[in-house]
Amino acid sequence: MTTQLRSLSEEMCRTTILDCVNPVTRMGAAMILTFPLFITLDWVSALTVVALEIVIWLALCPRHMGSRLRTLGLRAIPFVVAAPLAGLSMALYGNPDGQIFFTWGLIVVSEQSLSYAAAVAARVIALGMACLVTLIGVDPTDMADGLAQVWHLPSHFVLGTLAAVRLVARLGDDWRTMQLARKARGLGDHGVLHRYATLAFALLVSAIRRGSTLATAMETRGFGRGRRTWARPSKVGVPDIICLGIAAGIVGFGLALALVTGHFRWIGDVL
Amino acid sequence: MEIRAKDWGWRHASRRAWALRNLSFTIKAGERVLLLGASGAGKSTLLAALAGVLGDANEGEEEGLLTIGGTHPRELKGHAALMMQDPDSQIVLTRVGDDVAFGCENMCIPPDEIWPRVDTALKSVGLDLPRDHHTNHLSGGEQQRLVLAGALAMGAELLVLDEPTANLDTVGLIQVRDAVAEVVADRNRTLIVVEHHCSTWASLVDRVIVLAPDGAIADGSPTQIFPKMSEELAAMGVWIPGEYMNSGSLPFNAHPVRTITSQNPTGTDTSSGSCEVSIQFDPEIPTQVHKPKDGHHIEGDVVKFRDERGLDGSDSGYRPVAISTHGLAIGYGSTPIRTGISIDIPRGLSSVITGTNGSGKTTLALTLAGLLPPLDGVVEVAETLAPNGRSSPHTWRSRELLTRIGTVFQSPDHQFVASTVFDEIAVGLKALSTKRSRARSSHSLRRPESVPDAQTIESTPTSIDATVNQLLDQLRLTHLAKANPFTLSGGEKRRLSVATVLACNPQVIILDEPTFGQDRLTWASMVEIVATLRDQGTTIISVTHDQAYIEALADHRIDMGEL
Repeated sequence: MTTQLRSLSEEMCRTTILDCVNPVTRMGAAMILTFPLFITLDWVSALTVVALEIVIWLALCPRHMGSRLRTLGLRAIPFVVAAPLAGLSMALYGNPDGQIFFTWGLIVVSEQSLSYAAAVAARVIALGMACLVTLIGVDPTDMADGLAQVWHLPSHFVLGTLAAVRLVARLGDDWRTMQLARKARGLGDHGVLHRYATLAFALLVSAIRRGSTLATAMETRGFGRGRRTWARPSKVGVPDIICLGIAAGIVGFGLALALVTGHFRWIGDVL
Repeated sequence: MEIRAKDWGWRHASRRAWALRNLSFTIKAGERVLLLGASGAGKSTLLAALAGVLGDANEGEEEGLLTIGGTHPRELKGHAALMMQDPDSQIVLTRVGDDVAFGCENMCIPPDEIWPRVDTALKSVGLDLPRDHHTNHLSGGEQQRLVLAGALAMGAELLVLDEPTANLDTVGLIQVRDAVAEVVADRNRTLIVVEHHCSTWASLVDRVIVLAPDGAIADGSPTQIFPKMSEELAAMGVWIPGEYMNSGSLPFNAHPVRTITSQNPTGTDTSSGSCEVSIQFDPEIPTQVHKPKDGHHIEGDVVKFRDERGLDGSDSGYRPVAISTHGLAIGYGSTPIRTGISIDIPRGLSSVITGTNGSGKTTLALTLAGLLPPLDGVVEVAETLAPNGRSSPHTWRSRELLTRIGTVFQSPDHQFVASTVFDEIAVGLKALSTKRSRARSSHSLRRPESVPDAQTIESTPTSIDATVNQLLDQLRLTHLAKANPFTLSGGEKRRLSVATVLACNPQVIILDEPTFGQDRLTWASMVEIVATLRDQGTTIISVTHDQAYIEALADHRIDMGEL
């Protein structure tokens, strides 16, 4: 089933040296990789960062390159679909300058608006990719350990969220069964909206029931007493520094390339 | 640690009545106690109180005294282990080892002490799994033992079990019972268990306390209590261990009842004309229902099967087929979990599908019900069932299923769609009447062998009301007509979920674990309903683990292990 396929591909992604890096460091690396995307608006820096991060990610585990590339491609579908849509509005309504190609009412497609569009589309892809290459294969439990022990976020919230994540998968099963039940009850021919209205309430009931059982179970196991110990110590070390260094290097190279080629554009110039 | 209750009581903040009151007892350390009582007697309230999770003054009012070793249980959170009914929702983390360690971490046990404790605990409940084994891949019995391991690792001295085996199959039930027996063997831990199938625990406990909302009504050893109170306990819905039963038989005798009753207990009576209910099927008349195929166990138009009731004399081994499958592959999504299933469901009889957890029973039932598409092979229904000759139920519209194949889901919560019990039963009838108003002609003749469709089921607003009222009456739900289905008790929900299907009077009814986790009273009413339907000619398919149900109702048995 799909879950088996997913766990298989995650298995492949997990056998890399990235696993020596604490998940929170990987999240930090994602932040570094995406930071310049918020302050610049040109396509060169964004696409350079994307290309470099994909190449480095694949190089981490050359043996499974084919399957890893496929996993990455499948996960990237949402961004690849969203990117042109985000770019389109820029192309149509962006601040016009340079050669004008087309006008119709408020729509002005110009040389500048097209370059903005390319930059925005590249940014959407770059944002998504940065998160994918750093976070694919991270175990939620390890991430929670890192957030609570390394970043010192309140353990109450971190563990509560972690337990809830596990329940969400169960709710997916409930949702599936409830949809079949709607069909059995003679409601399957109705429109989607009508069906979802009754489904949403039933799902809420099921979420509350499961959630309150879980909360009671956690409470009886001493959760919420305040201080606690950690069975899995979450540590940071040399690999984490290297990881952040590589991320900074990628970003630096991308920005430098944009400056050298003259494509660099600071976001302040546009606003 | 000694547990002492003195005139103890609790009232939930949102309720006027006390959940439990005037309760006094002393339970010595190492004692093993079975708590019994009718539903609503406050058993779960007492267990929650002992586990320290009943909440504070904001959540309810407490009176009297309840202490564990002289301390209020709330101060001892983590010292008592609570195991509840739903195994899946009690697991916190995704890896087996982490989940056991969770409680130890909360109790501030030093990290280097935790892992040895985890390994010991897993071993003592018989879970021989690596620490990083995924908790979603565990069976119900394994999940409950994992919960127990978590409690042992924390060093819990009091085990409080709230119907721990109600949702488990026989294998899981025995696993959990044996694991509990093992961990209480040294008498270092106190055990308090609530379970209405008490034969599971009767041999393990040394004391039985019978609860009522106004205190304990009996307290003594199993050999004192069971013989003395077997009648009262049975009336509370408790399953008395066989050796203490006076009659020694099932609470309801579902065997040979082949007479067609004039008063139809399934919901409606034919004279009212509100809804065609008695699709009477005469088993003696051979009916052309199935075109012979190359399938080897189809002989002519009938299916050969073992008639376990032996009712029909010499030719009893042959029956018309209602549904058959050939080379069927089943599963959710695209990957099959079982392939090559070729079975025949005899018409007008009760078939049971049995097999261990995860063997695909439910998936098979949902595929037969036309709710899941066959991944390979075919599901074919008898010609008289098929609308316009479309014999594959998966291709039917939702409303076409209503009068043909009805499905009762394992969890009633999953199938409720309306805000009152009355509307819930009316949902299917209303869906049918919508279809009728759209249909061009509504005067087609009713043929006795064909399925009543929207055209033949009367479903005007008045007749809907009449049908619903009748069902409410017959399933003892009338006083709840205006209640929200989600607020009903377990047994009431079960009866309601069956009523919703009966309203449209389908020819085939598929029930997924109809008696799971039900007390004795609901069990008996389910068996009675199903037996009556079967005797009126409805084809019944039940997915079940319940041995008593199988004994009462299996005319034909499909074992997933033997397919």
